[in-house]
Amino acid sequence: MSGIRKLAVKIRGGAKVSHHKSTAESESVKMPAPPLVILPMQQHIGAPCQPAVKVGDNVAVGQVVGKCDAFISAPIHATVSGTVKAISPCKFADGIEVDAIYIESDGKNILHSGIKRPDVKSLEDFLQAVQQSGIVGMGGAGFPLHAKLALKGNARVDTLVINAAECEPYITSDYREIMENYTDILAGIEWVMKYIGMDNCIIGIEDNKPSAIALLASEIVKQGMHRRVSVTELPSRYPYGAERMIVQAATGRTIPLGGLPSDVGVSVLNVSTISALNRYLDTGMPLIQKRITVDGGAIANPQNVIVPIGTPIRDIVSFCGGYVEEPEKVITGGPMMGIAQHNDEAPILKRYNAILCISAKETFTPEAKPCIRCGRCVETCPMNLTPINIERYTERGNTNMLKRFNVSGCIECGSCAYVCPVKRPLVQHMRDGKQVERRAAAINA
Amino acid sequence: MRKSATAASPHIHDGSSTKRIMLDVIIALVPASITATVFFGPAVLLLTAATIAAAVLFDWGFRRIFKRDVSNIFDLSVVVSALIMVLGIPSNTSLWLSILAAGVAIVVVKHVAKRLLGGAGRSMFNPALIGHIVVTELTAYGTSYPTPMSWLESSSYFGADAMASATPLQLLADGNMLPSLWQLFLGLHGGTMGETSILALLIGAGYLVWRRVISPAIPLAYIGTTILVVTLAGHDPLLHLLSGSLVFVAFFMATDYATSPINLKGKILFGIGCGLITVLIRLYGSTTEGVTVALLVMNTLVIFIDRLTLPKALNHR
Repeated sequence: MSGIRKLAVKIRGGAKVSHHKSTAESESVKMPAPPLVILPMQQHIGAPCQPAVKVGDNVAVGQVVGKCDAFISAPIHATVSGTVKAISPCKFADGIEVDAIYIESDGKNILHSGIKRPDVKSLEDFLQAVQQSGIVGMGGAGFPLHAKLALKGNARVDTLVINAAECEPYITSDYREIMENYTDILAGIEWVMKYIGMDNCIIGIEDNKPSAIALLASEIVKQGMHRRVSVTELPSRYPYGAERMIVQAATGRTIPLGGLPSDVGVSVLNVSTISALNRYLDTGMPLIQKRITVDGGAIANPQNVIVPIGTPIRDIVSFCGGYVEEPEKVITGGPMMGIAQHNDEAPILKRYNAILCISAKETFTPEAKPCIRCGRCVETCPMNLTPINIERYTERGNTNMLKRFNVSGCIECGSCAYVCPVKRPLVQHMRDGKQVERRAAAINA
Repeated sequence: MRKSATAASPHIHDGSSTKRIMLDVIIALVPASITATVFFGPAVLLLTAATIAAAVLFDWGFRRIFKRDVSNIFDLSVVVSALIMVLGIPSNTSLWLSILAAGVAIVVVKHVAKRLLGGAGRSMFNPALIGHIVVTELTAYGTSYPTPMSWLESSSYFGADAMASATPLQLLADGNMLPSLWQLFLGLHGGTMGETSILALLIGAGYLVWRRVISPAIPLAYIGTTILVVTLAGHDPLLHLLSGSLVFVAFFMATDYATSPINLKGKILFGIGCGLITVLIRLYGSTTEGVTVALLVMNTLVIFIDRLTLPKALNHR
């Protein structure tokens, strides 16, 4: 079919994970506003926001409630209308503690009066609008979108890569975004290409989503964008959706170790990010809701739901019929890279795309049995590292060897631990190894 | 809900385990075990069962006495070591010698040498190989082998008085008549229990590669190098491939995880090294086989091969 490009380079390694994408064909359901939303002041990489409202204030949907003057930051908006009940610290599963605004919903969802379509005539207007949208990278990292686009000012970026690989098992929210909002995606691509000045755009999708590939390819032709925009079919192999992997596979360009996509003239945006961008530029409504895949063996009705950001996980769980059994883990994100939350009280953040309530038999417990040197971790590592060596030198705290084995190059995709027959906690060791190396570098500096 | 488990990612696993890997190796050795039993008689079964039982007992005893972790005693890795060792010795080996060899392999190599030489998770030498050397190189059992099917004519099924014959490589060295290539392929010739039937070994090897338990890199590099150099030296490559323990050692001993390199380049280098040493010994040395010495030498070099062939990180500047 026209509009479909061939894979530029096949990446090495990676793991064949089972897909579990049973929610793929269920149309997203919009969840009503919960009684309470929790909005942590840091939902992105960068500087945390400061609360812009006081306890007792009335807020409307889309009103700025948290802002920051730092460049790498993104404002936070009220996602329901109601009253600010409290501003108090909220602790994340990764140990970070930030202030959060607790808003009690009045159930009316009154829109903020300041919401209007932004007037975009120049690059400056465009970047300012993107900044005000509150949009952050939705692939999981949460890097503020305007900062990502603006940083390209000094480097020459000619190619936009849209990441729709969705290589993590269970998650289907990006797939639903394509099937339900493809016009937003294509319009968003036009915006970015026009104002950032890129020559071509490649949308990367794994070949286990043939209807999404066919739909986008035919729409690109229909809208006459096929000279500049194309779809690349990626093999369904984890982790093709990792930034470095998708750039390599789609463009054939290799991001240097420790570098960024812009170093090779590429900008990578998640498919849901670009879609949200167009909705903001079209309506002026900032990022206040997200499509979340709710799945896992412990959930009664797995499905895709559109929820206000800040909705506590347990409210979403009860909207999806509650638990059929006690979940062993509640994970935000996918099973390969997602974070296991302490409990189901945590709120949905801008960068989340899934809640997985995993039953005990779906997950496993890492063991501390000795390595048998089977070499599967080495064979699987998409970055061509030797986890077996890194692990050994992390345990010994040997920074020279950690540097030599490029521990900092680890993308923490989890492929090594996934295939390890003795179930060693390899990713944890990689993270510890990075810490050891960073600490040593800080001391030497 | 109660507190959810907060372990680090990934939260799913492919279900592989040491036990399953070892079970696959045992399955892969079933065809060779069957041909061994058919060719060399029920003595094979007795020898195999007793040696494996002894090896497991040695392992358990050592762990109990020195208060080591006994939880992974059921992961079948000791059974695999013992099975490979026993298939690598002749069927007329005395039971006591076989058990002694298993003891050396398990206690000395797997437990003691691991701590003295290798450190975490590795012994320098393949236990099955050392057990094999104890039997074949240190006693007279390595010089004459029972003739296939001769147990049928023997007065005792346990074949103590079965006819003895030389291996094809010994015949070759002495300038004698050789069995036909078909006979060699099927395994109807003198040799150790498991090494003779190339057909049975290839079935098992194919299974291991298909199950991704072993990478074909080491055996292919090993066998390829041997064939190439033998041909260049003007000898018959098929004869070298089909006779002797080349195929058995290349697929089942040289691929031992603990004593072979971890990455592809290293595996190829390791295989080539094994091949070169094997050929040198076979063509110019005083013994006819060569594979054991080749593997022994290459085992000691694994640590250097791993260092030499460290893969370059993707995107390294």
